[in-house]
Amino acid sequence: MSKESTYIPKSGFSKWFDQRLPLPRMLHDNINAFPTPRNLNYWYTFGGILTFCLVTQIVTGIVLAMHYTADAGLAFASVEHIMRNVNYGWLIRYIHAVGASMFFLAVYVHIFRGLYYGSYKAPREILWILGVVIYLLMVITAFMGYVLPWGQMSFWGATVITNLFSVIPVVGTTITEWLWGGFAVDNATLKRFFSLHYLMPFMIFGVVILHIWSLHVTGNNNPVGVSVKEKQDTVPFAPYYTVKDAFSLVCFLILFAWFIFFNPNILGHTDNYIMADPLVTPAHIVPEWYLLPFYAILRAIPSKLGGVLVMGAAIAILFILPWLDTSKVRSATFRPLYKQFYWIFVVNCIALGYLGSQNPEGLFLVASRICTAYYFIHFLLVLPILGLVEKPKPIPESITKAVLEKMEIRNLKEKSAEA
Amino acid sequence: MFKLSGYNFKFCILFQIIFVLFFTISAFAAGEQKRVQKHDWTFAGIFGHYDDAQLQRGFQVYREVCSSCHSMNYVYYRNLAEEGGPGFTVEEVKVIASEDTIIDGPDDYGEMFERPGKPSDIFMSPYANQNEARASNGGAYPPDFSVLAKARSTLRGFPWWFVDLFTGYQEQGVDYIYALLNGYSEPPEDFILQSGMHYNEYYPGNQIAMGQPLYEESVEYADGTIASVEQMSEDVSAFMMWAAEPKLEIRKKMGFKVAIFLFVLAGLLYYSKKKIWAKIEH
Repeated sequence: MSKESTYIPKSGFSKWFDQRLPLPRMLHDNINAFPTPRNLNYWYTFGGILTFCLVTQIVTGIVLAMHYTADAGLAFASVEHIMRNVNYGWLIRYIHAVGASMFFLAVYVHIFRGLYYGSYKAPREILWILGVVIYLLMVITAFMGYVLPWGQMSFWGATVITNLFSVIPVVGTTITEWLWGGFAVDNATLKRFFSLHYLMPFMIFGVVILHIWSLHVTGNNNPVGVSVKEKQDTVPFAPYYTVKDAFSLVCFLILFAWFIFFNPNILGHTDNYIMADPLVTPAHIVPEWYLLPFYAILRAIPSKLGGVLVMGAAIAILFILPWLDTSKVRSATFRPLYKQFYWIFVVNCIALGYLGSQNPEGLFLVASRICTAYYFIHFLLVLPILGLVEKPKPIPESITKAVLEKMEIRNLKEKSAEA
Repeated sequence: MFKLSGYNFKFCILFQIIFVLFFTISAFAAGEQKRVQKHDWTFAGIFGHYDDAQLQRGFQVYREVCSSCHSMNYVYYRNLAEEGGPGFTVEEVKVIASEDTIIDGPDDYGEMFERPGKPSDIFMSPYANQNEARASNGGAYPPDFSVLAKARSTLRGFPWWFVDLFTGYQEQGVDYIYALLNGYSEPPEDFILQSGMHYNEYYPGNQIAMGQPLYEESVEYADGTIASVEQMSEDVSAFMMWAAEPKLEIRKKMGFKVAIFLFVLAGLLYYSKKKIWAKIEH
């Protein structure tokens, strides 16, 4: 959707500036005037919320880094120093810790919205793939960040995850020791994780720019899934979507604030308030809630190498999703069968998350094997076959037509309710 | 928004069956360790605040009983006079600190020396290091008190872990400590207790190295409160919560203001959004 620029420099200075660096023009065209489908619902506001989350994590993280000490002997105490002695240190740390969870909550809503409305389909494959790259970077960043307080879960989580690399044939042990900077998770590991945890958010920021760039080339998908055809299908981003995004963001912040001020530790594991002790293994080593589905997949497979491969495949499969879904129809609204399988998939993911928090034994193990198998069946069998056998509902000619039809139905309903 | 009416009702039922199945399994899978009851604390909930008198009593219990084995390495004497704490005055804290002997140094001759504590000192530790602590306690290390109330939890099980997210139940740690202090009893006849261990129905595995620390009248309360085991364990648990989360009161007060601000802002934005979109059908 390459469009004519609508930027008109007003003052002499802005004309002069525009000829030398058209930055205000770029911002005007991409933020103020950017044509956005008029029918986006609240599920589409999570892109803005995610940008807010990223900036919040970076800002609070930079302040925390001013007071934190990346040293195995001092890290735990320095976090307590932040909580007790730094002005509003408790607030900054709780924002950062709860913020990680909120970031993942938002990204999951964003991803599942994309799955429901078929936002990964042509011409948005690159947009989707960049999103998966961001998610992958987020997972790595969050994992490294969780190690920094140097509590029991930090230490043992790091031990479990870094040990996964040792299953690589021939070079596994060498790679693991290279990651550790020694022969076990120790001071060297903590220091490099801190360094990388500081670096990676900026890598995420870079990919986010590409993600938004790609979005602004293809334009937004929308709940109807029909491409924008005429001018009246869209509204300028400002003020329509700035105000809608702002309202949604503030609602999200209410939930965010609830956890920061009234429930700051519930999303973390209590064992992380015990200082790391290489001689004492916690009864249950579990990752943070947002990684539990992958943990369930990892432990569902009887062999260690197999578990690592299948877990990797669970993310890798998202990269090829645009080519696995054979249906030409984007939105689940017009795909009666896909809609049902979509919700089964959602429940399957939540179930995997729950199973990840339980010991892999007995019925839990059986259930996590079934759910893991179904996770892949959804992508490798259900999606390709559905596109071939499903008979989609009639698709509206345009976004505007769909909107007007919806309004008519609503008006009729109101009238019949009055009568 | 997704319309629930749009998709098949049968599937909805199916999901619920799957869910209930998973969570009942989990409910039965828990067990052994006795379930900890929820206790009524003044610092629970949105308007939670510490009870100064209770914290002062709890401090007395810590000082006269617990501190002979348990350190509190992240807490300073000065914290006792800070906002949201036990409400001691600065003068009182100076006296409290000076009653303890702190090892400082090295001095100009390279020697360590003893001096009375100051408010800026960390609470005096009963042992010089972990090895000494272990040696004095039959190999078991008495954990540091600073964050202990946040480092313990109770088995919640479904649906409570989910409900807790929205009720703000953050007192699992103190509930556990309170229960543990009251949980000493004679072991059942078929129970094999290792030597040097004590039976406690709330401790994981029911064998705890710490002997029952509190007995009736272990301390004589300055304010005349009767020092029953329940009373003392409640007081000291509350004190430990404060030690672990000294900013709790400030945090909850600020949270209330933030919530009001956000609700007002959300309302304003909602009506702005309605007005701006009024002429656009969407």
